[in-house]
Amino acid sequence: MIKVAVVGLGKMGLSHQSIVKTHPDADLVAVCDSTSYLLDVLGKYTGVAGYSDYQKMLDEAKLDAVIIATPSKYHTPMVRAALEKGLHVFCEKPFTLDWQESEELARIATEKGLVNQVGYHYRSVGSFGEMKRLIDIGAIGRITHVMAEAYGPVVLKPKGSTWRTQRSEGGGCLYDYAAHPINLLNWLFGLPFSAGGTKLGKIYSADTEDEVYSTFYWNNGMSAQLSVNWSDESYRKMSTKITVWGINGRIAADRQECQVYLRDTATLPESYDAGWNIRYTTDLTKPVWFYVRGEEYSSQIAHFIEHCAGKRSEVLSDFASAAMTDRSIALLVSDAETHMRGEATQPVVAAPKRRLAALFRR
Amino acid sequence: MDKLLFGDNQFFGVNHMSEEKARVQAMRFQNIEAVIDTLGNAYDAGVRTFMCTTHDRIGLVCDHIRKQPDRYKDFIFFPGMPYAHKYANAVTEEGLLGSLKKFLPDEGLMNAMFRGATSFARKDIEGVITLLVDAEMKMFQGLKTPVIFLQNVVVDFVMGLGAVESFKIFADHVKKRYNAEPGFITMNTPRLLDVLEKLGVENPIICSNINKIGFRMCGGIDAYIDVMKSRKFRPIAMSVFASGALDPEEAIRWVCELPNLHSIVFGASSAGNIRRTADLVEKYWPKVPA
Repeated sequence: MIKVAVVGLGKMGLSHQSIVKTHPDADLVAVCDSTSYLLDVLGKYTGVAGYSDYQKMLDEAKLDAVIIATPSKYHTPMVRAALEKGLHVFCEKPFTLDWQESEELARIATEKGLVNQVGYHYRSVGSFGEMKRLIDIGAIGRITHVMAEAYGPVVLKPKGSTWRTQRSEGGGCLYDYAAHPINLLNWLFGLPFSAGGTKLGKIYSADTEDEVYSTFYWNNGMSAQLSVNWSDESYRKMSTKITVWGINGRIAADRQECQVYLRDTATLPESYDAGWNIRYTTDLTKPVWFYVRGEEYSSQIAHFIEHCAGKRSEVLSDFASAAMTDRSIALLVSDAETHMRGEATQPVVAAPKRRLAALFRR
Repeated sequence: MDKLLFGDNQFFGVNHMSEEKARVQAMRFQNIEAVIDTLGNAYDAGVRTFMCTTHDRIGLVCDHIRKQPDRYKDFIFFPGMPYAHKYANAVTEEGLLGSLKKFLPDEGLMNAMFRGATSFARKDIEGVITLLVDAEMKMFQGLKTPVIFLQNVVVDFVMGLGAVESFKIFADHVKKRYNAEPGFITMNTPRLLDVLEKLGVENPIICSNINKIGFRMCGGIDAYIDVMKSRKFRPIAMSVFASGALDPEEAIRWVCELPNLHSIVFGASSAGNIRRTADLVEKYWPKVPA
């Protein structure tokens, strides 16, 4: 049994906790959060040991692995401390806010032979996996251009400040939303050498961007446009889509389906025909032992646990690959800082004060 | 329970196969009149039970049904709570505690605040759970709600955490306050059944994906069929068409042959598709189970 602790009990941390607890090879021995109230409630109803001091937990709880889901700015020190203790680490995305730190942590984990994974769950979605498989076997030939999109309804009005609204703490549309399609681009095509035409625009947020548009360039002449907006109410929830144009066809994938058009010049993969081919999530999704909110969330945790237990060896979304995404993000920030001026960096309206909050504050 | 229940995914742009289809449905049902017309079609086809989330727009449907008691004499709601995205977005923005306070009922605010605040202070989840249930049930006042469901995101999340006492609290509250039966939606039926049996929730109503290709049936098709044969519970099948992956007739025939099936919940947008599904169920499942 792999003894696991979950650190940070926000939405992702609680979701990971729920999944870890049911995995047959995992033993959830501790959780850690700065809100002692939440630890007490969880302890009372689930019996899990709670720590409000991370270092104390690392010293006392006899762990094999940690799952870190704290605000992004804490990732570097927490991951480093866990690696120094010889623990396997799963860290939420974005990995760190400084790609050089990300690369250093990747180096340490590799040197120590520890399992290291970052929660880019789209890599565990069947349709994106099929897209990667088709690209890797050259089904549509040389790729000339890609469109990477993500839209959703996160920030729909001006509001008060939390860590998620501060880019300096790893919040904002760039880290929260755009990191996903960027990570998929890295998975499919590696690190771009530059970015141009970047806009990090504000719609409602005072301290961070709500929309991200840019073009990435690769050394082989390929380009990818990025279009991301987390203030789009026309989407019910986050929707991520990658469209790839190759000389022998086109592939578009989102969480539900993978649509493939193959020209008759293409070398047809097995079970694919010239013209349109649609593969749905029902065909592409592998069953999981326990489902909470999408197979990909269960399967990425299963992969981590089973990797720690020595039952799997293939690498999934490791620190080095997440460092590549942090480095791609840095390209965008630097490009935007060089070129953006004026209006687009200003929010439309100032945030109102929060009122109801005071009633429940202890 | 009727053997055929009408679901509401199509009204809210939920489609597990295609975002494009989901968008088309969202456009089609943007006006509440279109939703009400479709519900009327279902009602006229003999599908009287509407199994719905507690999305704000369902409140408009409730208003409409309340206004026409003669037309909708036998109309039944099976509310499923909560509408998860409402809470998920709030938790992302405000954290867990912050989002709870956001969903207080605005009627009897002081009373609700007291109930909530007291149980908060005692680290007691009973008050918080019953408060949230009451907030979600407000829109159904005066309507028939003989079964009240907990949505799968909550059921499965809570089951994973192991905070399963909350199921008992939910079940007891729903019985006592609404004179209704508790229902549980899940993607993990065999596992949930073990949990509910241990808690003493007897002969539970459990709604889960049950389809010929085993899509989102955690534990596997065989485990599902096995518990349907051997355990005492009332299964409702959803996603019987596996989001459109299966031929409708083949899908209905397969599910109707399963042991101890109590009900099927399905979604459709057109009067023709509602009628076709109702006819198929008549054909392959002619008798209501005892």
